[in-house]
Amino acid sequence: MSSAESVNECHPSFVRGLWALTHRELKKWLNDPVMLVMFVLQPLIWMGLLGKSMNIGGLFSPNNINLPQQIPIPGTAILYPPNLPEVVLKGAALSQMIAQMGSKIMEDIFGVTDYFSFMAVGMISMIVVTTTMFSGMSIVWDRRLGFLDKVISTPVSRAAIIFSKILNATFRAMFQATVILALAYLLGLKLSPTFTPLNLLGVYAAIFLLAVGLSSVFIAFSIRSTRMERPMQFVSLITMPLMFASNTFFPTRLMPDWMQALATINPLTYLTDAMRHLTILPMDTATLIKDFTYLGLFAAVLATIGTVLAWKYLTR
Amino acid sequence: MVDEVIKAENLTKVFNRSLVAVDHITLSVREGEVFGFLGPNGAGKTTTINMLITVLKPTEGTASVLGFDVVKQADNVRKVIGVVPQEYTADEDLTGYENIMLCADLYGIPRDVAKKRALELLELVELIDFKDRRVETYSGGMRRRLELACGLINRPKVLFLDEPTLGLDVQTRAATWEYIRRLKKEYGMTLFMTTHYLEEADALCDRIAIIDHGKIVVTGTPSELKDSLGGDIITLAIKENADVTGIIQSVENVKEVRKEDGSYRIKAVKGEITAPLIIEALLKKGFTVTRLSLTEPTLNEVYLEYTGRAIRDTEESRAEFMTRRIHLRRARQR
Repeated sequence: MSSAESVNECHPSFVRGLWALTHRELKKWLNDPVMLVMFVLQPLIWMGLLGKSMNIGGLFSPNNINLPQQIPIPGTAILYPPNLPEVVLKGAALSQMIAQMGSKIMEDIFGVTDYFSFMAVGMISMIVVTTTMFSGMSIVWDRRLGFLDKVISTPVSRAAIIFSKILNATFRAMFQATVILALAYLLGLKLSPTFTPLNLLGVYAAIFLLAVGLSSVFIAFSIRSTRMERPMQFVSLITMPLMFASNTFFPTRLMPDWMQALATINPLTYLTDAMRHLTILPMDTATLIKDFTYLGLFAAVLATIGTVLAWKYLTR
Repeated sequence: MVDEVIKAENLTKVFNRSLVAVDHITLSVREGEVFGFLGPNGAGKTTTINMLITVLKPTEGTASVLGFDVVKQADNVRKVIGVVPQEYTADEDLTGYENIMLCADLYGIPRDVAKKRALELLELVELIDFKDRRVETYSGGMRRRLELACGLINRPKVLFLDEPTLGLDVQTRAATWEYIRRLKKEYGMTLFMTTHYLEEADALCDRIAIIDHGKIVVTGTPSELKDSLGGDIITLAIKENADVTGIIQSVENVKEVRKEDGSYRIKAVKGEITAPLIIEALLKKGFTVTRLSLTEPTLNEVYLEYTGRAIRDTEESRAEFMTRRIHLRRARQR
């Protein structure tokens, strides 16, 4: 009998366990070409359809302002100079003026003149949210199929079990973000002059922070479930408010006060803001510091809570 | 060093503060033996195993494996045990080899050792030709063998098998047991297993415990248990609709009579001599025997004796039901 010898042979390490479990998830995902294509198609469709259809900038394009050749204005509508009988404006010139004012309005509200660029970056946030949440839920399947129990019965670090899920969700989100950004660029995203390839690292860092925070919550939430329905319901309940009570698709400035208040605590606002400043808007260090501080706090607090809960529920 | 490889004292698990799944069980498994854990569905078999393999925390009581406490020294327990769960837990999207290597990584077995051993084990369970195929293409028997191989990657001293032949056809079951026997011989492990197939338990187990309603009702070697029934079992039915328990009871050597569904289950010493005497006694009183059978006790009889004959309608949540269905569907995959 040499139990000591057996005990000594195994050297379970956090890093190796974490890598093995994360690798498993990524392999599963990469092995499935259909899933991969859908993963890419989904944001493409959203971005292509929503971004291009809601052509807010186009409202002010001279081509879309159909004014008559001549626009007569009666003297009664003219304040200065007084006593003019009637003025006739040149339609084409007027639509040019409106278009110029439109550009100014767009830039004031969205920061950029085309809504597509604004929205494409928001789309990255949205995809990060959904991907993260759905990946976290895969722990329900692991439990149901007995895989989780088997893993628990091995000496692998408990933390590795939880962090492998978080990492998997984060990797997927980062992969998708890259794809969307590349596609958006091909579809006409206008990068700001301050953009350098180095900014992409910032984008990844921001995504990483949000994904870590969000997926921890979801893993903690799903870890006790044996059914997919409840976490699914929770995801659909929470994604809408997360997306719309933020600057993802529209600037918060024009929202009612209560919604602005929601948007201020919504981490998605900070992710989107940080990503916009890193890509389409001129870089502003103060804004980035604010955004990253918030995202960092969000990730730290939620990952702590999530990990503690998940740990507690891992062995019942 | 340690004579008792597995030891449980007053082990108890209560779910949701009210459902007592395992109720103060005490058992010990000796080194090198095959210990069978039998019982109806919902009796607490899997819950007990899950506590011994550190997946569930006991509500009360203690248990140890190779002297390591399952709660306080859980990590040491995990290193010396192997687990072959009821479900097919191998990852469908990975190959057989990848699955074993995943297990090796979880145990932290040095890579070079793990690679060599994985191939050895795949050879042993005859999956070496399929090692690079995805598990989703495996049949039920192949999956079971893969689970076995995964459970052995850390050269466990104690192997836990939870219904290792559930849902398999007769041939595959026989083959699976053949592997288990060979593995046990090769590695000198102690085996703790549950099964529903009593003839398998009879043939394989050195000792058996029967658990029902969370309590161990009897423990012993298969032959001890059979002897404990106190002789052979005579089952008979009569044409008339009357209770003849008293008449049968008065026959010499009859130990016990139970009426069940219109027939009588009689325990008797030397059944072949006693049976004619019973018929004679009944004939004398004017009853006609329509059916009679004599069986030497099997483990089936022992099992029914201790757990009763009534069919169990255990509550099963929808999730459990779905999981079982998925599991059985995979088992039947050819």
